[in-house]
Amino acid sequence: MPEQTVIEAVRQTMFAEMRRDDSIIVLGEDVGSRGGVFLATDGLIDEFGENRVIDTPLAESSICGVAIGAAVNGLRPIAEIQFADFIWPAINQLVGEASKVRYGTNGLKTAPMTVRVPYGGGVRGGLYHSQSIEVLFAHTPGLSVVAPATPYDAKGLLASAIRSDDPVIVLEHKRTYRLVKGDVPAEDYTIPIGKAEIKRPGTDLTIFTYGLMLHYALQAAEMAAANGIDVEVLDLRTLRPLDEEGIAESASRTGKALIVQEDTPAVSISSEVSAIIGERCFFDLDGPITRLGPPEIPPMPFSPIQESAFMPSPEKILTAIKKLSEI
Amino acid sequence: MSETVKQSTNSNDQLSGERLVELYRTMVLSRYLDERVWLLNRQGKAAIAASAQGHEAAQVACIEASDPSKDHYLIYYRQFTAMIALGTEPEEMLRGFLAKEADPMSAARQFPLHGAHPRVDLFNFSNVIATQLPQAAGVALADKLKGSDAVTFVYFGDGASSQGDTHEAMNFAGVHKLPVIFFCENNRYAISVPQEKQMGIDSLASRAAGYGFPGIQVDGTDVVAVHEATTAAVNRARAGEGPTLIEASVERLLPHTTDDDHTRYRSAEDISQMLERDPINILSELLKRRDLLTESADDEIHTSAKKRVNVATDTVDAEPYPGVETMFDNVVKGSGNGGNS
Repeated sequence: MPEQTVIEAVRQTMFAEMRRDDSIIVLGEDVGSRGGVFLATDGLIDEFGENRVIDTPLAESSICGVAIGAAVNGLRPIAEIQFADFIWPAINQLVGEASKVRYGTNGLKTAPMTVRVPYGGGVRGGLYHSQSIEVLFAHTPGLSVVAPATPYDAKGLLASAIRSDDPVIVLEHKRTYRLVKGDVPAEDYTIPIGKAEIKRPGTDLTIFTYGLMLHYALQAAEMAAANGIDVEVLDLRTLRPLDEEGIAESASRTGKALIVQEDTPAVSISSEVSAIIGERCFFDLDGPITRLGPPEIPPMPFSPIQESAFMPSPEKILTAIKKLSEI
Repeated sequence: MSETVKQSTNSNDQLSGERLVELYRTMVLSRYLDERVWLLNRQGKAAIAASAQGHEAAQVACIEASDPSKDHYLIYYRQFTAMIALGTEPEEMLRGFLAKEADPMSAARQFPLHGAHPRVDLFNFSNVIATQLPQAAGVALADKLKGSDAVTFVYFGDGASSQGDTHEAMNFAGVHKLPVIFFCENNRYAISVPQEKQMGIDSLASRAAGYGFPGIQVDGTDVVAVHEATTAAVNRARAGEGPTLIEASVERLLPHTTDDDHTRYRSAEDISQMLERDPINILSELLKRRDLLTESADDEIHTSAKKRVNVATDTVDAEPYPGVETMFDNVVKGSGNGGNS
């Protein structure tokens, strides 16, 4: 199997999907000749032309609003928001509008659209090129939110998003784009939205995580193994709908839950995973549900020392593992 | 590129006398049904209503210039008469206002006139002002890519013109020369805020120049003038020449909604002047002046409209509300009774 980076998997998936389905278009800022600021759309315009690969004006609300209209009228748009930090002008079109197209028309209209959103920190992006924005979208009935962390999952989940008959937000962690490599089969496959995956089986405790933190958690688990602690790592992969069965099964089996995320913890994905475990696994737990995240300050300082202090790391995760395993 | 169509007396417009009478009939039916909805609100049966009274001529004339078999209509909440002009039955309208199970637009999930039409490609996804404009650009973009000559009509009020989405949509449509008609019904009030506090210009249509397409200001109480302006815009759009902004100057004869009281912010003089521009009276006089409508034919139109509204009211009033069991349907594909959410 060919090895790819996350960004290569994203790009190759768009090529494959656009060859498969003429109704797919790509729109966003600099997605044409520039190929996107991360080169996710590099080469698409050469093969598919400027009718299907559309460089938009610098205006996020209309990127998403146009995508809704095109989706309602028979296309399958993939909208790219250049950086997650710039998505807020489009909240109205996504949270307010796209999420309720099917519900508000009782199924007469649908919005089969994908919004690709590079997000996350650890890239010296400062306050406005580092944000994690998943919570507002994951809070919204009618939207699906996926956050693939590996090249394999990026292909399978992006393909599922594009083929979904409802709007899907695809969160791509910028730090993983070129950092993470993995095998990606050339043949067509999809990964179902709403299914978590155990990326590392273990027996002593489970780390629940997603995005870049998956890789830090896997490193921490290896370090813990050297200390005789057998850590399971569950990759949530989809943030809405959360895989409640998968989460509960793992938490009940290992009896200890450590939730690791890069986003600030208050009212977040880790809050929701905690609630699921608390509600479903209370009598199987051998320790308190534990959360590890950054401090509650605006993510995240530009200063390298402060950025490192902000971000969870394999070492910080290892400390949390040790503390929880000793209970 | 902005121009004003003021006089229709010497118009070359192609509307026949017969069609003019039909449009008048639609406007009268709309007026009686509109009045009935207001009454049903005062009876505690309709939770909320926004009236089209004063906007009727602009709405019927615009729809008359369109082709409902293929065109798209992204309406806003005051498009009551447009709905009727597109063949929505009074019963269907009332089911929306009374939130009955058989409401065809949204199964009573949404406010009246929101959701999607069961037969025409007309929809209105939300109450949020101006979100429909970028969506209209997207609908038109899809048509352009598919090689369709359908036209997308998107309706909004003067209030919506202040929103960023309005700018973004017109800019996008101008760049791609999309077959969109931006149809603004300017009644000079965004709820209570008058035009002079909304914009530093006299005519919204003048903004079109900044987007590279024509803007036309037209008397929205004049059916012939609106039809003429819209027909020209439709011809441009179908020929691939791009968007047009039409500003139809209308009057809002009633307060913003059933929850508003316009005497708090409109002067008595303003209100009495505005009542002089009732489009139904204006069209009735025109038809009679041209010998297209006799007093007895006019009476018949009013009588039959009243009857139609009474029948529809009795029918829909007796219908059930939706039960709890359907509220889980259609969150996403397969949710509710059809599968898991």
